[in-house]
Amino acid sequence: MKPVGFTHSFPDTGTDAAAALKAADTKIISGGQSLGPMLNLRLARPASLVDIGAIAAFKDIRIEKDTLIIGAAVTHARIEDGDSPVPLPAMMRSVAHNIAYRAVRNRGTIGGSLAHADPAADWVTTMTAIGAELTLVNAAGERRQMAMGSFMHGAYRTALNADEIIESVSVPVGRGDAHWGYYKVCRKVGEFADAIGAAVFDPTRRYARIVVGATGGAPLILDELAVETARSAMLPKDGRIEEILARELPDADRVKRHLLATATRRALEKVLAK
Amino acid sequence: MTSGIGERVLRKEDARHLRGTAQFVGDIKIAGCWEAAFVRSPLAHARIRGIEKPDGLESRVFVAADMPDVLPIRAESSLPSYKQSDYPALAKDKVRYVGECIAICIAPTRAEAEDIAESVRVDLEPLPPVASIDTALEKNPPLLHEEWGDNLFLTTEFNSDLSEAKKNAAVVIEREYNTARQCMNPMEGKGVLAHWDTKYDQLVVYTSTQVPHLIRTGISQSLQLDQADVRVVAPDVGGGFGYKCVLQPEELSVAWTARHCNRPIRWTEDRREHLTAGANTREHRYKLKAYADKNGRLLGVDADIWVDIGAYSVWPFTACLEAAQAGGNLPGPYDLGAYSCRTYSVATNKPAFTPYRGVARPGVCFAMELTIDAIARAVGKDPLEIRRLNLVQAEAMPYTNITGKFYDTGDYPSAAVQAADMIGFDTFRKRKEEAARDGRFIGLGLSSFTEQSAHGTKVFAAWGLPLVPGYEQAMVKLTPSGSIEVKSGNHSFGQGLETTLAQVACDWLKVDIDRVKIVMGDTGLTPYSTGAYASRGMVMAGGAVSKASEELVRRLRIHGAHLLQCDPEKTEIKDGRVVHGQASVSFAEIADAWYLHPDRLPDTVNTAGLEVTEGYKPDIDTGVFTYATHAAIVEVDPDTGRVEILDYVIFEDCGRRVNPMILDGQSYGGAAQGIGTALFEETLYDSGGQPLTSTLADYVLPGPSELPSFRLGHSESPSPYTRHGIKGVGEGAAIAPSGAIVNAINDALAPLGAELTQIPATPHRVLEAIFEAKEQNRAGASA
Ligand SMILES: Cc1cc2nc3c(=O)[nH]c(=O)nc-3n(C[C@H](O)[C@H](O)[C@H](O)COP(=O)(O)OP(=O)(O)OC[C@H]3O[C@@H](n4cnc5c(N)ncnc54)[C@H](O)[C@@H]3O)c2cc1C
Repeated sequence: MKPVGFTHSFPDTGTDAAAALKAADTKIISGGQSLGPMLNLRLARPASLVDIGAIAAFKDIRIEKDTLIIGAAVTHARIEDGDSPVPLPAMMRSVAHNIAYRAVRNRGTIGGSLAHADPAADWVTTMTAIGAELTLVNAAGERRQMAMGSFMHGAYRTALNADEIIESVSVPVGRGDAHWGYYKVCRKVGEFADAIGAAVFDPTRRYARIVVGATGGAPLILDELAVETARSAMLPKDGRIEEILARELPDADRVKRHLLATATRRALEKVLAK
Repeated sequence: MTSGIGERVLRKEDARHLRGTAQFVGDIKIAGCWEAAFVRSPLAHARIRGIEKPDGLESRVFVAADMPDVLPIRAESSLPSYKQSDYPALAKDKVRYVGECIAICIAPTRAEAEDIAESVRVDLEPLPPVASIDTALEKNPPLLHEEWGDNLFLTTEFNSDLSEAKKNAAVVIEREYNTARQCMNPMEGKGVLAHWDTKYDQLVVYTSTQVPHLIRTGISQSLQLDQADVRVVAPDVGGGFGYKCVLQPEELSVAWTARHCNRPIRWTEDRREHLTAGANTREHRYKLKAYADKNGRLLGVDADIWVDIGAYSVWPFTACLEAAQAGGNLPGPYDLGAYSCRTYSVATNKPAFTPYRGVARPGVCFAMELTIDAIARAVGKDPLEIRRLNLVQAEAMPYTNITGKFYDTGDYPSAAVQAADMIGFDTFRKRKEEAARDGRFIGLGLSSFTEQSAHGTKVFAAWGLPLVPGYEQAMVKLTPSGSIEVKSGNHSFGQGLETTLAQVACDWLKVDIDRVKIVMGDTGLTPYSTGAYASRGMVMAGGAVSKASEELVRRLRIHGAHLLQCDPEKTEIKDGRVVHGQASVSFAEIADAWYLHPDRLPDTVNTAGLEVTEGYKPDIDTGVFTYATHAAIVEVDPDTGRVEILDYVIFEDCGRRVNPMILDGQSYGGAAQGIGTALFEETLYDSGGQPLTSTLADYVLPGPSELPSFRLGHSESPSPYTRHGIKGVGEGAAIAPSGAIVNAINDALAPLGAELTQIPATPHRVLEAIFEAKEQNRAGASA
């Protein structure tokens, strides 16, 4: 299938890219790994595409004070390889390695994945668990910060305004290096998840978070379970996770709930083993 | 160095494939060629009220009404009760499945053609859809073909007396089995490029097909052209599997449009078209009762088989082939005393059923092999023992089974034993107990089958098909430079036939394989063949090449003897030369004499020359039987439902192996597809007949990381009825995996009391089976 005809432009700055969104039927393209298929299926029919792949700042990785900042157009492959002037969290490298297959990782980007907000994708759950903050920039060049936990509103729905794009993602340095667990249930290697469990503990900052992903909506943060588990340093009692999920996701069928509970338990096994 | 039969010769075709220089339909460049896109039905069942072409683009869009001279695809069968369906190139009054072609749109590029296709307005009046076998067979169902009065293409019945079996049965196994609808997913989808050649006043159709000569017949019938006015060329073809062994509606529309517009037109199928309009195979349902004595000896089987045929009958194999094969092959490799079977070929609002690698047998084998294991569990014996007891014994060969199939040679129980040995059957119980102690669930499954291959005239005539294969022809020629040219109307699209046919020629002619050129798949260049299907290529085309080579050798010895001034009877062929004692003459010298210096030959020379065309058919028409047992060990994760294949063994016998390496490749590829059937692949529909799996994100294919390292074992029991003792093997390995894997899953889950009877065995189905077993245990405990 071939896309509907479109123009393709390459602005130099994030502000220019955001400004371009003011024109009708305009879309950002980053790695094109989610947008490409939608263009080909003619589900997305933009008149023009604004490519952020040429914006140098969007491909930057750096540390400022205690914060690791990753440009929105950094590819999964670079994260997987640790191709960065500063060290990247072990959790992020491991998650990146299990996204799709290498050809997709060579092009797909972290910002594109977060903006796309597919519930079954890896970064939305991972970055929620790790407590990332997003930097958004708009057409006027104004920036705002937003916690990942508030950014995704639901399946394919985010807090982005019409003239706003993701510039970068920030993570507290050191988080996701030692105490983390991540478990993805999927049909085959590199598939989108059927269920994800993610857990990140950061004892020095008194941070503990457990997140359930691929629920069909935004990632689910289980604060109560995080507090219990971090305090006791023990796996939850049998049935405890299921009980919470039954409350939080009453509409999920029994298989889905079972998979989510399994993924969560296995993520916790890992975080506690470390 | 020669490369005759039995050698592991590297494939001749691989250089161009590895370098990306092969020529598929999409690679062909013809000046002025435009691209086509189809308007396809968005509804499963609807009446066409009207079609509106976009303003100003009337000459770029063609609908059924524009092509009154194109006859629908009409696949007749003489089987009693068979109902004929007209399968139009473009839908006329009704659409009968999502993806059915309604209009063809042409433009300089595909993207523009798709733009036009989008702007064609089709006014459809929805009709109640028939999205399942159940709906089709309801009382007063919606009808696909109103004139039929029901939704049945065909019913068949096979009866033998089951009363003894019932009386003597100590165990009765009763099961329902279901297999999913699938797409075949060749790497290259369909593709057609047609143009009118003014020199020969001939329609030339390049098409990605397994059966170029058949397509020539089909196109000429539908387009009402003389066959001399149609040339069909199958260029490089990226996989067929049965998908490309039937006449395609798109072939007709593209050919008609090219002729009508006097312009080369190409269409290539995209993956979405494939996953919707190409969802045309494998969907079966079985209700089966098996009777066995207390030792597990099978006494009789009583079965009902439903096949979800979809909307139309394909040409030339018809809607009958699948169910006829299912009913005829259910007894499989087993010695079965009593058998009754009724089959129902059901019309639904889905794409027209097309035979896929293994034709019916993957479903049949799955049903039978699960039943055999159920018997083993019921009588408390191991599944290997039950197979040894019930498989046709070596001493019984040749053996005519209850449905009249003639098994030519082989030792079926031995294949089962060897597969079991290779996978460590004897020590597995211990291994399983150890795993269980670690909380792991592992299981072992066996699956045995026979594969009828290269079945010929009698079999197809009995099905009353519109086209019955007869003598396969091949031409073998010594060229003026002394090399060998082989021409076959069969085709190679991954099976390595280009190499194996050359090996057959080399076997006779004793030349280096690089000196043999194989030309295939072009009706303008090759003698007639009905093409590649039914695992017949090696047996039939190989046999024909063998026969023609033999005759060429005879002639070469006569010519050579003349040049050597000796008795032809006293010569032999060695290293591309005719040899007599110390003296010899090369093929090049013989060719030089015949083509360039005939003055060196006497007037009495054989005028038939050095170009031989022969026709060949095996001594029996009923096919020769390859057989195998597959054995799998799997681990089931009871919390995710995920199945991992830990080990996979195939022990097979296909008679004489022409190229053992290519055979291994066929086994790997077939088994990979079989694993797709067993664990992953499924076209899902909603109740409105909308396909829900229209991209590869939804239709899951196994990838390299899901496949085990297959371990292969072989024996060779040559068929006495074919040249070189060859049997067909192309389809075989796709047949058994579902049986082996699901038997292994059920073995692994036995401690939980869960049993699967439906494929693919997705994590969802595995978990549901476990949940149900738990519920039953709980109910049982509280009762
Ligand atoms: C075969 C395959 C398998 C895959 N498997 C997985 C998997 O297992 N796990 C997984 O997580 N993902 C998977 N993906 C998705 C992949 O990771 C994508 O790369 C990713 O989701 C999107 O990133 P992108 O850079 O390609 O974005 P694009 O496709 O370019 O854009 C996606 C959307 O985000 C918007 N956008 C992009 N960048 C920005 C920005 N900076 N600011 C605002 N909006 C923006 C675009 O306008 C578009 O709407 C898979 C993809 C494929 C093709």
